[in-house]
Amino acid sequence: MAELRMREALRDAMAEEMRRDEAVLVMGEDVAVFQGAFKVTEGLLDEFGERRVRDTPISENTIVGAGVGAAMGGLRPIVELMTVNFSLLALDQIINHAAAIPYMFNGQARVPMVVRMPGGGGHQLGPTHSHSFEALFLQVPGLLVACPSTPADGKALLKTAIRDDNPVIFIEHESLYGARGEVPDDDEVLRFGEAAVRREGGDVTIIGILKMAHTAADAAQTLADKHGVEAEVIDPRTLRPLDLDTILASVRKTNRAVIVEEGWPHGGVGANLATLITEQAFDYLDAPVQRVTGADVHMPYSRRLEQAAIPHEEHVVKAALAALEGSI
Amino acid sequence: MADLPDASTSYELLARMALIRRFEEEAGRQYQRAKAGGFLHLAIGEEATIVGTTSVMREEDYLIGTYRTHGHAIARGTDPKRVMAELFGRVDGTSGGRGGSMHIFDAERRFMGGYGIVGGNLPIAAGLALSSDFKGEDAVTVCMFGDGASNAGNFGETMNLAALWSLPILFLVENNLYGMGTSVERHSAQTDLSKKAEGYGIHGRRIDGMDVMAVRESVTEGLRLAREERRPTLIEAFTYRYRGHSAADPEVYRERDEVEEWRQKDPIENFARRCIEAGVLGERELQEVRDKAEATVLAAVEFAEASEEPPLDTLYENLYVLGEDEGWYAVDERSPEPHRGEHESEMPDAARELAEAGAAYATEDDRPRPNPATHGDAQEGVEPEVAEEVEEAAD
Repeated sequence: MAELRMREALRDAMAEEMRRDEAVLVMGEDVAVFQGAFKVTEGLLDEFGERRVRDTPISENTIVGAGVGAAMGGLRPIVELMTVNFSLLALDQIINHAAAIPYMFNGQARVPMVVRMPGGGGHQLGPTHSHSFEALFLQVPGLLVACPSTPADGKALLKTAIRDDNPVIFIEHESLYGARGEVPDDDEVLRFGEAAVRREGGDVTIIGILKMAHTAADAAQTLADKHGVEAEVIDPRTLRPLDLDTILASVRKTNRAVIVEEGWPHGGVGANLATLITEQAFDYLDAPVQRVTGADVHMPYSRRLEQAAIPHEEHVVKAALAALEGSI
Repeated sequence: MADLPDASTSYELLARMALIRRFEEEAGRQYQRAKAGGFLHLAIGEEATIVGTTSVMREEDYLIGTYRTHGHAIARGTDPKRVMAELFGRVDGTSGGRGGSMHIFDAERRFMGGYGIVGGNLPIAAGLALSSDFKGEDAVTVCMFGDGASNAGNFGETMNLAALWSLPILFLVENNLYGMGTSVERHSAQTDLSKKAEGYGIHGRRIDGMDVMAVRESVTEGLRLAREERRPTLIEAFTYRYRGHSAADPEVYRERDEVEEWRQKDPIENFARRCIEAGVLGERELQEVRDKAEATVLAAVEFAEASEEPPLDTLYENLYVLGEDEGWYAVDERSPEPHRGEHESEMPDAARELAEAGAAYATEDDRPRPNPATHGDAQEGVEPEVAEEVEEAAD
């Protein structure tokens, strides 16, 4: 085990897969000479050279489209979009092409491509640079969606993503790049669709993704310390495929669920999950499923307004207590 | 070399450029003090391109730019106080603290925005030009963008539309030689950017963007062609940013010598020297320009410091334009009552509680910002203290 930051763990995943498979290449804006806008591709150019670590022009739709074509031609491209926000310029290639091609050509072509992109708010980057689009990508059939919250998961899931034959949207969180954690040294991969139970408890299930997995864990600690509530904390790690079994098993045990995400409330990850829980575990619920989400606004720049628009530990604690109302 | 204009115009050009320079230096300082947040893109070195352009525009002309446009707004006449307040995220900022450095806007002066997405302003510029043309107005839209944006799909699509519809528009590439950290040679197959729109019938010319007089001359002609002949053109102005792409740029991709070489072409010093040598301005005026810029910028900081944080109950304001009809509620499922901004004067309690709980996390941080250049870390991630705990819990 080595203690690594998230950005180092992701870099190692790419480097190891590039050593393992000559067909893996990295391309994106400023990924080579600049070493990545968030320094995730640091050192890759030195080791693998310009042929496999390619700086691109600012042409998101074409970068992803070239990734689609390269993947159809037998390569395994890792496309870095500088941020989730810029993926909006590439949605045509992601949705109309990458996600649809295997299906509409009846399996004659496959698109083994990973599109990596960091997102999330909290850095005062304002309305165009603070998006959380997990829900948007989750909705698209044909895509796989990963959203790791720890360096170990980041590395293991990225290796799986690179080896997978489907297009994978790999969402990272800008605030977690510096987060440290133990990462196994061996060639560990992690299957998509396996949630992690971060903490066991019998009173309420709290499900959080990306940075909100940490917020959920903080809230669980506070609930235990101050309210005598034992929360079970689940990090789904991938949203498509989703490990619904682990979530439902927990809800059947605790009879209460809180879902935490940074994205918008309408049609969000929480909306989707709440529906699934209600459909499949309705008889076990003792309270309505609680959602904790970002506010329904474009992320304001002002520090206070921004924090007012982002979910925090206190919101999660309150939501959990609301779910438990009358029973504690 | 173009002749110098009269003394008062020369004075004004120099004063505008000096003000932008001083403003940008101070913005950088306030960013280090963590008074300004987010990303900060400074235009130090690019003042002649900005001021040369705006100085020959008419009041009714539109200007639209990129995420590096503090100076463009100031050149258009926006009060530097309001730009600084926006950087501080305060209620008196150009966007009331909603937009920040990358999203400056001043409708009154027809500065139609700063935009955070590369190339996003190009089609919008075509639309602004369409609106003027449609209404039979004389206004021209000046669309400024960086060399990197010339590779975006929006570039080609906008050039075609502008030429096809004979729109009153002038495109101006602020070619500062780098798209973020990638040099023009490494990001564009055609390095003569003035030629990139020729296939669409839009002619281009290259100019020295460090020479305010050369910029004025070219832009004047470009405006005339757009206004009188409905012929869009493309100007490629060579310029240079002395600072990094943003304040978080370690600048590993260029040599210090190159920066020094460009500093020799400094648009402000060279223009000042020309004015002195030609006897148009004297040392006294030069000093006055510097003093005024200093005083204006310090007053801007004072103003920004004193300006209030935006109140929490404005969180949902301006999300929708409201008509006369009451009763449609579209905002935030988390608090289903009507919101302020939806014909209500108060924020509903549920929304207020959520916002207040969140805003409590916005602690004032006056510590100096770590310098990404020396720390070698472009985006130092926050390290959640819980990370290790979660790891342990997972094992």
